[in-house]
Amino acid sequence: MTTALANQTAAPGTTPGRGPSRKAQNNLSGWAFVAPFTAFFAVFLVWPIIYGFYMSLTGSSLSGSGQEVIGFANYAEAFGDPDMWHSFGNTVLFTVLSTIPLVVVSLILALLVNTGLPGQWLWRLSFFLPFLLASTVVSLFWTWMYNPQLGMINDVLANFGVEPISWLQDEKYAMVSVVITTVWWTVGFNFLLYLAALQNIPEQQYEAASLDGAGGWRQLISITIPQLGPTTVLILILQILASLKVFDQIYQMTQGGPSGVTRPIVEYIYETGFTGFRLGYAAAISYIFFAIIVVISLIQAWVNSRRSAA
Amino acid sequence: MSTATATAEGTAAEEAASPVLSRRRPFKVRPLSILAIAILVILAICWLLPFVWSVLTSLKSETDAAATPVTWWPANGFTFDAYAKVIQDGNIPRWVWNSLLTSVAITVITVAIASLAGYAFSRIDFAGRRWLFAAIIGSIIIPPQILIVPLFRQMLAFNMVDTYWGIILPQVIAPVMVFILKKFFDQVPIELEEAARVDGANRLRVFLQIVLPLSRPILAAVSIFVFIGAWNNFLWPFVVTNNANLMTLPVGLQTVKSAYGIQYAQNMASAILAALPLIVVFLFFQKQIIKGVATTGFGGT
Repeated sequence: MTTALANQTAAPGTTPGRGPSRKAQNNLSGWAFVAPFTAFFAVFLVWPIIYGFYMSLTGSSLSGSGQEVIGFANYAEAFGDPDMWHSFGNTVLFTVLSTIPLVVVSLILALLVNTGLPGQWLWRLSFFLPFLLASTVVSLFWTWMYNPQLGMINDVLANFGVEPISWLQDEKYAMVSVVITTVWWTVGFNFLLYLAALQNIPEQQYEAASLDGAGGWRQLISITIPQLGPTTVLILILQILASLKVFDQIYQMTQGGPSGVTRPIVEYIYETGFTGFRLGYAAAISYIFFAIIVVISLIQAWVNSRRSAA
Repeated sequence: MSTATATAEGTAAEEAASPVLSRRRPFKVRPLSILAIAILVILAICWLLPFVWSVLTSLKSETDAAATPVTWWPANGFTFDAYAKVIQDGNIPRWVWNSLLTSVAITVITVAIASLAGYAFSRIDFAGRRWLFAAIIGSIIIPPQILIVPLFRQMLAFNMVDTYWGIILPQVIAPVMVFILKKFFDQVPIELEEAARVDGANRLRVFLQIVLPLSRPILAAVSIFVFIGAWNNFLWPFVVTNNANLMTLPVGLQTVKSAYGIQYAQNMASAILAALPLIVVFLFFQKQIIKGVATTGFGGT
């Protein structure tokens, strides 16, 4: 990975300027090329960020009233808002519960598929196809499977003598149900990343190890798992950042219920702004959420730089 | 910023080998491999069962779908009634059209502006290049979810709530794609371009006639991912549309669930209809999609 980075930075491919007219020409054509993207970037990303921060300092409502600046009152309110903390706690719980299986299960799937089994396309299809489905489709499928009386899951479990469970309506099971759905839906992405990494491990390492008498298990522990280290770190970080942003499938399957036990922070932002009509307050919560994401990204950058320095 | 670096780090090293698609290790029959197959088959069944169960339900009559105890095989035989009802009575054809229109527009605009920008960042040494590129890459860490509130206000001001443009425009900025395309252009040999430049071709002609044709594989990969992302996007279209005639498929389906209530077969038929286009896309572009994920680590989210 470090060599790849070095190669990329060593291939600048820019033509050196030959005098002032060439330089002016470069400036002109360079800006002409980036202008369309930069215009959209400025209007639909940079400006909303600035405007959103301004809104977070106002008592702004959906109708447009309450534009006057009230300082950091929204932030102060948010920090004392038990609902915000509750939804933030739900988000963290979801992130922990989903990240662990999404790393472990994808690794197991990749290891099993990489044993060289025939029918590779079938395995890839089975595990990766769900990833491409829209959240609405996934939610419809699983709400139906979780249906307490008519769903497949209780029907299958009944064969093992399990009493019917109200998966999405029971406070004990709702979050776990959402996590199971999420693992089914998104594990294929990590699975493919692991599969690619596994197939990049040089075969010679395994040959050398078997000459030294190392068995399959020993090879897994001493070669495969350490070689997958960088991929695991990458998957972990992408997964944590993705899980913190969860909204779609939870909103569609439980609406955040029962009694708010599955409501994530993004849903709280949405509800505060668009059903509670408090856009200024919703903007403030967005910025608190953003700050958390930035902190995690900085930790990731720090870990990354330490890794490449080592 | 760092997410992008980490994501695309493997690109150069892995591009050439095209892993995942090639099978290197020969399969040997040993007791352990039999166990591996058994576990894999069970897991694959678990992963495919939701599809099977949903398709079966969509082919039942409403009576069979709501029968207790659960019948996997419908007592009254299979029927396409649910599909017929959903297509005739519902808004589904309209939503498919809206999704197609907006996703294609988002893909075309995104790829056009991102490839122009990626090319300039790779090849043209213009003033301000460094800080602009840093700003764009830095913006990768911004979760789109935090922008819904100010963006909605902005769309109200532009009169774009409940319009196609309102759905499309905020979705066309993809900093990750600029980064990936720049990395690709960095690797295109510069000699071809220099020859054309000496012959007097301007930058735009060089870009359109030499660089773009060489970039077809990466443009295809980027387009597929942008399209899938746009097709599946839920939160923004959900926020910006209230009119059922303008909803995209994922947003419309969300309203179907409450409208059809206990019409289980119809619910599943709509879900299957919504899933079909992407399953077709996947079957056609399997290679590009899998290679795209494995080598660049981008997709979805």
